[in-house]
Amino acid sequence: MNFFTETWNWYIAGPLIGLFVPALLIAGNKLLGLSSSFEHICSIILPKAKAAVLNYDVRKNGWKYYFVLGILIGGFVGNFIMNDNRVAFLPEIYHSFSGMVKLFTGGILVGFGTRYANGCTSGHAITGLSLLNPASLKSTIGFFIGGLIYTWSAIYLF
Amino acid sequence: MNFIFLIFGILFGIVLTKSEVISWFRIHDMFLFNEAHMYLIIGAAVVVGAVSVQLLKRTGVHSVNGQPLNFKGKDYHKGFIPGGIIFGIGWAITGACPGPIFAQIGAGEWPAVVTLAGAVLGAWLYHAGKTRLPH
Repeated sequence: MNFFTETWNWYIAGPLIGLFVPALLIAGNKLLGLSSSFEHICSIILPKAKAAVLNYDVRKNGWKYYFVLGILIGGFVGNFIMNDNRVAFLPEIYHSFSGMVKLFTGGILVGFGTRYANGCTSGHAITGLSLLNPASLKSTIGFFIGGLIYTWSAIYLF
Repeated sequence: MNFIFLIFGILFGIVLTKSEVISWFRIHDMFLFNEAHMYLIIGAAVVVGAVSVQLLKRTGVHSVNGQPLNFKGKDYHKGFIPGGIIFGIGWAITGACPGPIFAQIGAGEWPAVVTLAGAVLGAWLYHAGKTRLPH
């Protein structure tokens, strides 16, 4: 039993995730939300004229870039350093070409959906519900409707 | 200033990875109601987040740069539910919501780079077509 190398229980991870809401507020008056990072990346890679449609202020949201970069490093630390055996997070099929077509399609839905809903699991489900915002509850219910419909129909149809 | 957010990001990524919130298998089992792990994590995070917000409101704490804290939630528009459903489908397919995509890449699941590319394209597609969508 080693806390650092075994899978963390919900009662450890859940409260820790929740603490990022006050931590980001106190550290920089920021509300935790990650789906806008897609716009951030998009604004960086597109030429200025084409990025105008995004209406995204890279400088004002610079912290998000550092935050997602940190998450990437955290993923590495969590799986390669704080682990005895590497954990697989994606099914083997996603390492094939057809699997990646599926991931790309799903990715488009993630990017489009979160921007249309103006938030994702962190922005709406964690932050929005922590603020007791009814609009975020509606979006969160939408996340689960979409996920449940897909998962259950995939079992019966494919 | 941004250095602190890099540190926060690293800690956030470690928590997401060590609790396997970034796992397609965990997301799949959540939607199949096979295990409570994900529901309990989201639930506990919201409870701790909500209690923290109430405490911050009552104590009138300011941010480290001296500003009053911003508790403004997002304003509802007609895209919140359909957009949420579209994202939910993508979440079930890829096993990743936005934060975990980056954690998956760092954790060595390199196909997640493809998920990220799709998500960036999806965000652009939304902005390219947003004038034609109900809001």
